[in-house]
Amino acid sequence: MTPALATPLLSAMNWTLAVPEIVLAVIGLAILIFGVLRKQDSALLCTMFTIGGFLIAGLLVLTRGPGIGFHGQFQTDAFASFNKILILAGAGLATILALDYNHKQGIERFEFPVVMLFSVVGMMIMASASNLMTLYLGLELQSLALYVLAAFARDELRSSEAGLKYFVLSGLASGLLLYGVSLVYGFSGTMDFHTLRALLADPSHASAGLVVGIVFVLVGLAFKVSAVPFHMWTPDVYEGAPTSVTVFFATAPKVAAMSVLLRVMAVPFGSLLGAWQLLIVLVSLASMILGALAAIGQTNIKRLMAYSSIGHMGYALIGLAVGNADGVRGVLVYMLIYVFMTAGTFACIIAMRRNGQAVEKIDDLAGLGRNDPMLALLLAVFMFSLAGIPPLAGFFAKLYIFLAAVQGGLWFLAIVGVLTSVVGAFYYIRVIKVMYFDAPATAFDTRAPSLSFVAAASGLFTVLFFIFPAPFVAAAQAAAQALFG
Amino acid sequence: MTEVGLGPYLVVSAILLVLGVFGIFLNRKNVIVILMALELILLAVNLNLVAFSAAHNDLTGQILAMLVLTVAAAEAAIGLAIVVVYFRNRGSIQVEDVNLMKG
Repeated sequence: MTPALATPLLSAMNWTLAVPEIVLAVIGLAILIFGVLRKQDSALLCTMFTIGGFLIAGLLVLTRGPGIGFHGQFQTDAFASFNKILILAGAGLATILALDYNHKQGIERFEFPVVMLFSVVGMMIMASASNLMTLYLGLELQSLALYVLAAFARDELRSSEAGLKYFVLSGLASGLLLYGVSLVYGFSGTMDFHTLRALLADPSHASAGLVVGIVFVLVGLAFKVSAVPFHMWTPDVYEGAPTSVTVFFATAPKVAAMSVLLRVMAVPFGSLLGAWQLLIVLVSLASMILGALAAIGQTNIKRLMAYSSIGHMGYALIGLAVGNADGVRGVLVYMLIYVFMTAGTFACIIAMRRNGQAVEKIDDLAGLGRNDPMLALLLAVFMFSLAGIPPLAGFFAKLYIFLAAVQGGLWFLAIVGVLTSVVGAFYYIRVIKVMYFDAPATAFDTRAPSLSFVAAASGLFTVLFFIFPAPFVAAAQAAAQALFG
Repeated sequence: MTEVGLGPYLVVSAILLVLGVFGIFLNRKNVIVILMALELILLAVNLNLVAFSAAHNDLTGQILAMLVLTVAAAEAAIGLAIVVVYFRNRGSIQVEDVNLMKG
């Protein structure tokens, strides 16, 4: 099509760029064989190996330089590395939390961390995708593993119903995304991000069919980040899936989907900002408003977190709607803080067990302030942070986003964002009120050290972020520059 | 022999896509029908890809079509497994019975 673009970069194999993914996939296969051949119960060992695999992959990601490999299919840059580290961190925290929960629920099987690991491989491929084909394959590797995880408690009706719902709706979203990919390919003749970018620099190449294709791709990805109006699956899957899976759903896949959305909108379709900006603005508005209003009536804390995540994705999408490096930096900082806040909150939710049974009603938290002051304090920190109250990390997440929106001229979004934050604060603070001021219920069972570790680590990050934001913001800045540079 | 242009392929593919989407949302009977509707959507995409690939005289579309076939097979396997698990717990695969959680 465009011969001038067949640069030497695109024709190089450079397979070493994908070493983190390859190593992680091989480790996953090795753990699978190990788990099958070993006759005893090996869930604990396999979980340890998986966490080790995440650490190794993280180190390998840090040592990759920027480059394009696999003949333009795969790209590493600061943006991909930032997101991969965040995905690995979120998945690592979720794996640690799963250890205790799965053991007590009797769903402790060695396949659990392995399936998680393969979905992480898919997410890392998504973060590095530089071609619509790679994007689709990474997305499917991630989704197929997530279907299995959602239905992992296979003797429990709620979990299998969550798996079924997630499978049907996610399959539909993948299909729509793929239809969009086929239209983009058909009306431009290429699936490569950089060739598309060069082609679309001339607006006359943006035919109606191509724009329809972009809208389909956008719909598919909006589903994966659970933005309104494609959020229907979120509350049911969050509630029905085992809590150890819900933590995972709330952290790593969100980061991966958001990174793909950012890259697809910024790199190949960046010059068509006018065509998709309004859509992102509408989706962001709807997510913020629904996230704030629908959460008010919830009594189940996992459902509450589902609506909270819908709202938070709405805030993050403001940064994408701005459509410049500042906005993307805001989104990346937001996702970073969101992962730690959410992992910490879920560590507290998993600690909610009474007489050996997991409880998940908000009312079950009554009197936690007296029964377990440490856990109550941590949960209070996370709730205040999710509400965006300074000086906690959640405030800075929103600050960078709203700043970018105001500078980008999207005043309206910033104002609605602040208003919905105030509405959202109502239900976060209600949880705190129940903990400290309601008549005490029976105390929870003693919690496992792994839960305390994750909650404390995330809590420290949330509380202390305002002292050392510079390195994180600088990393996000470098990542955003890589996308727009 | 008259050539069939790109247009008819795209129309058939669009019809298949719409049938698939309606099959998921309007279907009030059986979960298996939903799995078939999902498959229909992927096949609509494949038809699109192959038609475009021929029109552009470019192999990329056909490569993706092969990959989509592979993924569709994996997806169907996992989907059926989940339906089996669901049936064992619920004793039914009627769509109207999938209602434990409202949403």
